[in-house]
Amino acid sequence: MPIPISALFGRSPIRPIQEHMAKAQLCVIILGDFLEASFAKDWQKAETLQQAIRAAENEADDLKSNVRSHLPKSLLLPVPRTDLLQLLSIQDRLANTAKDVAGLMLGRRMEIPDSLHKLMKRHYQLSLRTSEQALQGINELSELLETGFRGKEVDLVEKLIDDLDAIEHKSDLSQITLRAELYKLEASLPPVDVMFLYKVISWIGKIADISEKIGSRLLILLAR
Amino acid sequence: MSEIISQYGMIFLVMACLFGFFMAWGVGANDVANAMGTSVGAKAITIKQAILIAIVFEFAGAYLAGGDVTSTIRSGIIDIEKAGFSDSPELLVYGMLSSLLAAGIWLLIASNYGWPVSTTHSIIGAIVGFAVVGISPDAVVWSQVGSIVASWVVSPMCSGILAFYIFRSVQKLILDTDEPFLNAKKYVPLYIFLVGFVIGMVTLVKGLRHVRLEITFSQSAAYAVGIGVVVMVGGMLMLRRIKLVPAQHGTFHIASVEKVFGVLMIFTACSMAFAHGSNDVANAIGPLAAVAGIVSSGGVFVGESALPVWILLLGGIGIVVGLVTWGYKVMATIGRNITELTPSRGFAAELAAATIVVVASGTGIPVSTTHTLVGAVLGVGLARGIGAINLNVVGKIFLSWVVTLPVGALLSILFFFLFRGIFS
Repeated sequence: MPIPISALFGRSPIRPIQEHMAKAQLCVIILGDFLEASFAKDWQKAETLQQAIRAAENEADDLKSNVRSHLPKSLLLPVPRTDLLQLLSIQDRLANTAKDVAGLMLGRRMEIPDSLHKLMKRHYQLSLRTSEQALQGINELSELLETGFRGKEVDLVEKLIDDLDAIEHKSDLSQITLRAELYKLEASLPPVDVMFLYKVISWIGKIADISEKIGSRLLILLAR
Repeated sequence: MSEIISQYGMIFLVMACLFGFFMAWGVGANDVANAMGTSVGAKAITIKQAILIAIVFEFAGAYLAGGDVTSTIRSGIIDIEKAGFSDSPELLVYGMLSSLLAAGIWLLIASNYGWPVSTTHSIIGAIVGFAVVGISPDAVVWSQVGSIVASWVVSPMCSGILAFYIFRSVQKLILDTDEPFLNAKKYVPLYIFLVGFVIGMVTLVKGLRHVRLEITFSQSAAYAVGIGVVVMVGGMLMLRRIKLVPAQHGTFHIASVEKVFGVLMIFTACSMAFAHGSNDVANAIGPLAAVAGIVSSGGVFVGESALPVWILLLGGIGIVVGLVTWGYKVMATIGRNITELTPSRGFAAELAAATIVVVASGTGIPVSTTHTLVGAVLGVGLARGIGAINLNVVGKIFLSWVVTLPVGALLSILFFFLFRGIFS
């Protein structure tokens, strides 16, 4: 028997969106182990890790469609519904990009020249940090809901996003350095490998870009 | 002296008691749960505590502040002179019996399907229905009916606006500050004071007339402040036991802050039960009061008279029985389902709704507690306080009274002719 007052309350999308973000960010975390395995040329381990990323990405997809189907137009939400849906699809790209990097590298058994390992690791670390920062911002959504998207908590999130932007900028710079180093080696490597190496570098950089976009979406949510 | 009244008086009275009890049972089984469910859902009180609060404060509300609503129902909607009740008072008895039965049955059907109907709308629809068809359209005091219907639109709107600003004040004073926990402990007593003051004020200004307590407005205000202070001190004693627990992450102590609001919600739950008692309970027993008045005077219509205590007792017991037999389950369901409404929101909604309902009771206007509460929840939602509100359900709730009026009217017309056929 449905009761009017309890039927009044819909399911808040905030928690599922946070769960989705955590899952998407997990893909980025596993990507780090995957890169290590590929540096060590341990392709068996790399394959297991790539499958772990795929599994996490699948779970994120399920979470995404679940949120979407529970977000009808008839819900009164504290933030615009379209902004939430866009946030969700940007988060989803985070998982997809991590999956793409792992898929491409595993498929081509891509070996990154030893001299680039250190820079590559740093490049990845910066992307990882932006994604962590974005996750932290998304996790603040529950506090934002508690304070009614106002006041001090908003300042806190704005500060968080500022930091995120700063790390993303570092990631841009590291991408430039990495490319310059690769350029020096170019002639000594098979051309097709080089092409795809550039691609992997840019995709890993994309993780930082997407994380930054998540941050700016979050700011749009707050500004009304 | 009417012959029919003197012949069947006792039977009428017994029927009125039965139907009135049935109606009160329905109110207790369903309506009370709607009014108190938010407190249970926010985990501020347990179901057992909710039932205890309901028993005490529904009764207090009906007795202390329900008099004007009862008299509106028994003698404000139908023009006794124009309806010719002085010559044939039995018609009013049939009508009131039919109204009780119609409203009670409709509530039972609606509750069974989970339709959000209101006791108030059912009973007003039923009374207007039998009066228009059974007697004549002139018998109805349309200006009164008009203002009642208008209040059904105005009361949810007012409580929505009030809830919006109450929640805004909570944000400004407590949630958006550097020390939400300390500020919660500092300002929550003020809200508790408000709860005590509002209820005290309405009770003193409007309710206590039938207890023959003659005091001026400013005296009432002074006493109400006193009541508010007493309640506030009680609240402060309870608040002292709440300690800060370390935050899970970040600097914001959600759990501790909400615990402070949980204490506040115990008070707003009481005010909600009081408001509900003063309005819904009073209008459920209004027809019973009308029948009892006619029967005891042997058919002479007595306009304004004190509400006999036994009628209130009957209504109160009916509600308690309804709560214990059925309302218990409804409240458990609500408690499980409302997880999105935390105490800091629930209290704002309850305080706003209770204030509007109690003020309406004070002016003798029967409004719907459920609808007023829904308006208040929407107000908090518009202040960006609630994760998600189902606007479909809001639409259904506000549409339900459009359906309830004709159904209540139709049923009561049916019973009216049935009773007239049997007894006259």
